[in-house]
Amino acid sequence: MDPAKCTGCGECARHCPVAAVNEINQGFDDRRAAYIEYAQAVPLAYAIDPDACIGCGLCENLCIAKAVKYDDIERETTLKVGSVVLSAGSQGYDPSGLDYLGYGKYPNVITSQGFERILSAGGPYYGHVMRPLDREEPKSIAWLQCIGSRDTNRCGNGYCSSVCCMYAVKEAMIAKEHIHGDLDCAVFNMDMRTGGKDYEKYFLRGRDKAGIRFVKARVHTITEVHETGDLKLQYTDETGEMQEEIFSMVVLSVGLKISDSSVDLAKRLGVELNQYNFVATNPFAPVTTSRPGIYTCGVFQGPKDIPGSVTEASAAACLAGTDIAAARGNDITTVEVPAEIDVTEQEPRIGVFVCNCGINIGGIVDVPAVAEYAAALPYVVFTDQNLFTCSQDTQEQIKEKIVEHKLNRLVVASCSPKTHEQMFMETLEACGINRYLFEMANIRNQNSWIHSNNPEAATAKAKDLVRMSVARAARLKTLKEKIVPINKQGLVIGGGVAGMNAALRLGQQGFDIVLVEKEARLGGFARKLHHTIEGEDVQAYLEKLVQEVTANEKIKVLTEARIVGFEGFKGNFATDIEVGPEKKLQTVKHGIIIVATGAKEYTPKEFLYADSDRVITQVELGDRLEEKGAAGLDSVVMIQCVGSRNDEHVECSRICCQNAVKNALHIKTLNPDAHVYVLYRDIRTYGLLEEYYTKAREKGVIFIRFDSETPPAVKPSSDGDLLVTIKDHILRRDVEIRADLVTLSAGMVAEDTDELSSIMKLNRNPDGYFIEAHVKLRPVDMPGEGIFLCGSAHGPKLISEAISQAQAAASRATTFLSKSEIRLSAITAKVNTDNCVKCLTCVRMCPFGVPAFNTKEEVIEINEAICHGCGVCACVCPRQTIQLSFYEDDQIMCKIDALLAEGM
Amino acid sequence: MRLDYPSNIKIVRVPCTGKVDVMHLLGAIQKGADGIYAVGCLEGACHYNEGNLRARERVEHVQKLLEEVGLEGDRVRMYNLSSGEGPTFAAYAKEMTDHIRSLGPNPLNKLAKV
Repeated sequence: MDPAKCTGCGECARHCPVAAVNEINQGFDDRRAAYIEYAQAVPLAYAIDPDACIGCGLCENLCIAKAVKYDDIERETTLKVGSVVLSAGSQGYDPSGLDYLGYGKYPNVITSQGFERILSAGGPYYGHVMRPLDREEPKSIAWLQCIGSRDTNRCGNGYCSSVCCMYAVKEAMIAKEHIHGDLDCAVFNMDMRTGGKDYEKYFLRGRDKAGIRFVKARVHTITEVHETGDLKLQYTDETGEMQEEIFSMVVLSVGLKISDSSVDLAKRLGVELNQYNFVATNPFAPVTTSRPGIYTCGVFQGPKDIPGSVTEASAAACLAGTDIAAARGNDITTVEVPAEIDVTEQEPRIGVFVCNCGINIGGIVDVPAVAEYAAALPYVVFTDQNLFTCSQDTQEQIKEKIVEHKLNRLVVASCSPKTHEQMFMETLEACGINRYLFEMANIRNQNSWIHSNNPEAATAKAKDLVRMSVARAARLKTLKEKIVPINKQGLVIGGGVAGMNAALRLGQQGFDIVLVEKEARLGGFARKLHHTIEGEDVQAYLEKLVQEVTANEKIKVLTEARIVGFEGFKGNFATDIEVGPEKKLQTVKHGIIIVATGAKEYTPKEFLYADSDRVITQVELGDRLEEKGAAGLDSVVMIQCVGSRNDEHVECSRICCQNAVKNALHIKTLNPDAHVYVLYRDIRTYGLLEEYYTKAREKGVIFIRFDSETPPAVKPSSDGDLLVTIKDHILRRDVEIRADLVTLSAGMVAEDTDELSSIMKLNRNPDGYFIEAHVKLRPVDMPGEGIFLCGSAHGPKLISEAISQAQAAASRATTFLSKSEIRLSAITAKVNTDNCVKCLTCVRMCPFGVPAFNTKEEVIEINEAICHGCGVCACVCPRQTIQLSFYEDDQIMCKIDALLAEGM
Repeated sequence: MRLDYPSNIKIVRVPCTGKVDVMHLLGAIQKGADGIYAVGCLEGACHYNEGNLRARERVEHVQKLLEEVGLEGDRVRMYNLSSGEGPTFAAYAKEMTDHIRSLGPNPLNKLAKV
């Protein structure tokens, strides 16, 4: 089907005689062979499933929009491109092969993907939590973690899928919300890996507030209780005891797996994959594949969650764009818009176009009657009805009618402004009429589609909606979208790995960058690191990076620099910086900001760190191993979560588990006879790091788990060594370990950015990390436009993650810097200062801190360049002297008046 | 999804429930609407940070005002859902309609006729 022609009406699916399994709902229900995958699909266009289609051709005959190309065949197209991004994603692991789980045999054993659909309001059970066997609400649900992950034994997947722990907690929390009675939720896990930004708080909320149980066990057998359909789980608990428990339902937390088709694709492209079929990359070039010009992102690169995938997508876009930066601005078609006709003094002349949408509206609503009704409404001078008002030829007709009847307002009664408003606004603009003199009445989605069983009521409602829209159209005003120039220079704050990468990527694309570093030399925290867990040399990389940055003539590096003043808005910032020992003041004008202030290692107060030189941190251990090797180290005890996951620092520091594994492996390589103990709460070697955890155990590193309530204790022994006491879960008693050296896996703490955040008005979370605009959708944007975030300033992370985030921030910055000007939304708040009593309510209530009191002029000012257009200020203003353009009070009230004028 | 809900529901579009003014809510009741409700994003998930929280405050304020003049405060309500929850939207529309039907017509309409 041609997505450009398909209106999403669904007639084809309604009449299609063939049923097929609905894959999106994991087979819990079925769909037609002519179908749309899900209601939120973009574009909202139907498709034919060639495997299920029987070839009757009914859909082609039915489709009024002529979107069905029944005899369409697969065609090959050749595209000439400068770079390629591989983002083929992954699929959920299929647990059918693991017979002990009973998946496919017992209906109440489902995958997490299936459970997601059950929870979804758009899913097979409309969001009611029911079990598939008998559609009963479950009384208890068990989640089984690591199905198809961390399992070299049964499925050969030696990696951690990184996302299942978080989604299991989420699913359990939502299930508890959806179920009316009590629901017992238990998550059977080896380690809970909630190591992302703010994830630990979520985990704790699930455990402590929602009452989800977390059981440290791997279930070995599931059997069905025949009478009830319940499931009996057998497992060995931490003390080694056999346990049995009955649950109403079991959810298998399936891992991520690369599909065979992606593997084929990579082979065809000549891109190297690793042993688990993820794209092979280097930690210092995380989205660069083995083939020059081809980049990768998302789960195809390695298991990761949505924020990580979105970040990498921007990173891949950055590198793909850098390669072809010279061609930027080519192949652009500019739409010529005629000069605007001033209609402000004219009486409203409204044209109303009522759409039949094939039979979607016309089949239910009496469209001619609605058009006739509209003709009699105030200020309406022209009405028409169309088969499809959105079609290209109708646009031409509308333009003719606008000119012919001198229309200065347009009302289209059809579908949703979400999908079609922009197009009709452009039609208006093409006639020289201001685009904001447009209003839409949604008589399809909000009317004919939902009242199809009552055509009379639908016609009456369509008239109401048109009357409301006409009333509003008459009150709409011409609005101007302000155009502001963009300063093409960028400012990067922080000269560590993240800041340097961001600066370098922008410099390589030809943008002037000022890189500000508070210390005397570039490098940041990475100066203290030696090797990555993969064995890559950090110092050599840093050396090369510093050289590239300083050699790039587009990048100006300011060291020993401190930001002391700041003003402006997106595209037009000015920052005062004191530079060098002599604190010479200079002002930099720039269009964007990238914040990369980094983080540092926590200085422990715990475990005799201050008292004994035999108690050191992981970073210090890295130094020692580099300088002296493992000589004299017979017994090393590592303690995890020092300065993390406690009352003071609630969050996990993400990197310490892999750091411990890295150093433990290093010791074992240097001295295989050394005893290394890692005392941990959960080992969080997510993604491909899991391999190193496995390797460490193979090499004889001993991992002992402890609870936060029973932490280990460190004391000096009489012979000058250290004694570490830990309660062993299996032995159920305290164990004492003699250690030459105790290494604390000290967490990360954000750099001190109190001064910076107050000067630049940048928001931080209680842990001191900067806050992104949207955790999942805008992970490197900050709430203020034109400001981006990368590296450990965002939260603790690995060097590879900091690099992809830096590339992502550079990519996002490019969306500003590549333009010479930006057009601002006209939907912003305006103050009528004459009526303003300066009560400052708007200043207090604005969620973005936009309204400001100009002390010189003594008026409230709302900068339209930074106003988000939510309208909160307009509503709280006691004098009603603030109006939100396009949504002024009378433009809203008139709709209510028009509705009620004829009774309901 | 085309989920059926009562046709007496008419939607007025606003950029955010934060733009739903006390005057809009009171005005609708004053002019004869039997009920009016605001539908915002889930709390904590407002695109504009806290518009839906402001809206809830206003709805609760209007409920008090209506009670003070002897009307049922519950003719005005606030609902929250995410944009992916069509069935919930339809369920709330039905719930609100049933609720208003149980309250009966807006007494101000009768007064106006007398």
